[in-house]
Amino acid sequence: MATFILAFVVGMTYGGLVRKITARVHNRIGPPFYQNFIDAFKLYSKTSAIHHGAMHFMGPAFLMVSSIVSLMIVPVLIPGGDSWYNSWFNNMNAGGDLVFLIYIMVFGSLGLALGAGQTGNPNSSIGVTRGLSQMVGFEIPWVMALVALMISYKTTSIVDFINIQQETGKWLMFENPFAFIAAVLAMLGMFRYSPFDIVGAPSELASGPVSENGGKFLFTMMSSGSVFSFVKLTLFVDLFMGGAENLVILVIKTFALYMIPVLYGIVSPRYRTEQAVRFFWGWPTFIGLLAILYAVIF
Amino acid sequence: MYNDKNSQKIVDIIQNWARKHSIWVLAYGTGCGAIEIAPTMTSRYDAERLGIRGAATPRQADVLLVTGYLTVKTVKRVVRVYEQMQSPKYIIGFGSCTINGGMYYDSYNTINLLDKYIPVDVYINGCMPRPEAVIQGFVKLQQLIAEGKANGAQKYLDNLAEYKANQAKIAPHWIAKAPDYNW
Repeated sequence: MATFILAFVVGMTYGGLVRKITARVHNRIGPPFYQNFIDAFKLYSKTSAIHHGAMHFMGPAFLMVSSIVSLMIVPVLIPGGDSWYNSWFNNMNAGGDLVFLIYIMVFGSLGLALGAGQTGNPNSSIGVTRGLSQMVGFEIPWVMALVALMISYKTTSIVDFINIQQETGKWLMFENPFAFIAAVLAMLGMFRYSPFDIVGAPSELASGPVSENGGKFLFTMMSSGSVFSFVKLTLFVDLFMGGAENLVILVIKTFALYMIPVLYGIVSPRYRTEQAVRFFWGWPTFIGLLAILYAVIF
Repeated sequence: MYNDKNSQKIVDIIQNWARKHSIWVLAYGTGCGAIEIAPTMTSRYDAERLGIRGAATPRQADVLLVTGYLTVKTVKRVVRVYEQMQSPKYIIGFGSCTINGGMYYDSYNTINLLDKYIPVDVYINGCMPRPEAVIQGFVKLQQLIAEGKANGAQKYLDNLAEYKANQAKIAPHWIAKAPDYNW
């Protein structure tokens, strides 16, 4: 529970900060950093007098379930650390497994795809098609990077990766740099900021899969998106940056990592779907291949 | 349920505060006024600092911004869009054309007063209103929301027969056949 509240608050605050940073880059003042909380509360207090059938209700629920399950198996802090609040964030640390995580991270999008399909809105269907195509693109370098790590250290447990980094004192982003680069390039697609915001393109697709969802549906999607972005950032910190001893270090590391897709996104226009897939199957996949070779040879 | 100042509970005050600071706008930009939306939203006048932000679809929107004149043909679409929005929902009539027809006052196929067909909460006059005036209109709407006086959606439900009759006068065949979006 503590983990969920932490993920929600940090994720929403990051969302607000991103809007503020985007505004500053545009030379605007921008909304306050807590704007996302206001938006979420307002969405929750709106009526939702629509329904398009059972799957429409299940879509946001699948998203939320996927976010929470992946949150539960990603260690937030280094297990067995000595901070006084460390035991609050234990989750299911010992059971954290990368192969299961790769599966469960895709589950939410598939659930949303089913939910969006039933609304019958053509924009939703196009958005889902684009999202799944893009996922086929970025999953390949992402899985290659993870497989490289698994080959190097002969384990799939996230806790083991943290412990290895703690014992040797070297971050995996320097031990296997190719894997880190491939994973970061895949992360650009994972966070769906420009130029990979082809799924929810606001003016082109009318926000894509979420176009028929207002009020509480949108609230659920928004909060699960915030939680999920926290999960992804924490996973990157755990795998490549040696985990976090306490919450302050966690926030610093995740925020630094989050700025990569955000700042790249602010100054980029949008790709078309086939351009995005071609991007991911180009250099990121090649670097992922190098990472595996590096892991096998060294 | 009318949301008067006198009967506002603490929950209403908090909710209205959130609504006031998070206004998602669906711009119905078929009139000439749409050209003023871009400077209002972008760097020069930056409406996002007040929490005003564009929404992509009627489902997500709070405010319907009707920019400029409406022909008999487009007013049908406005009604349909308005009925798809989720309450609490507000309408801002933008420009003289929504108030008295503006320069199209004697045209054979434009409507003169928007409030006869859908309930307007705030009017912004001018032809065209500049972005300052647009932001002033939004601030006025924020005040009304905070005081619990922006009850257009409830007014529409209470006087549905009257509004439908007015709509039927200009589009008799369409109203009879229209699917009921008013959940």
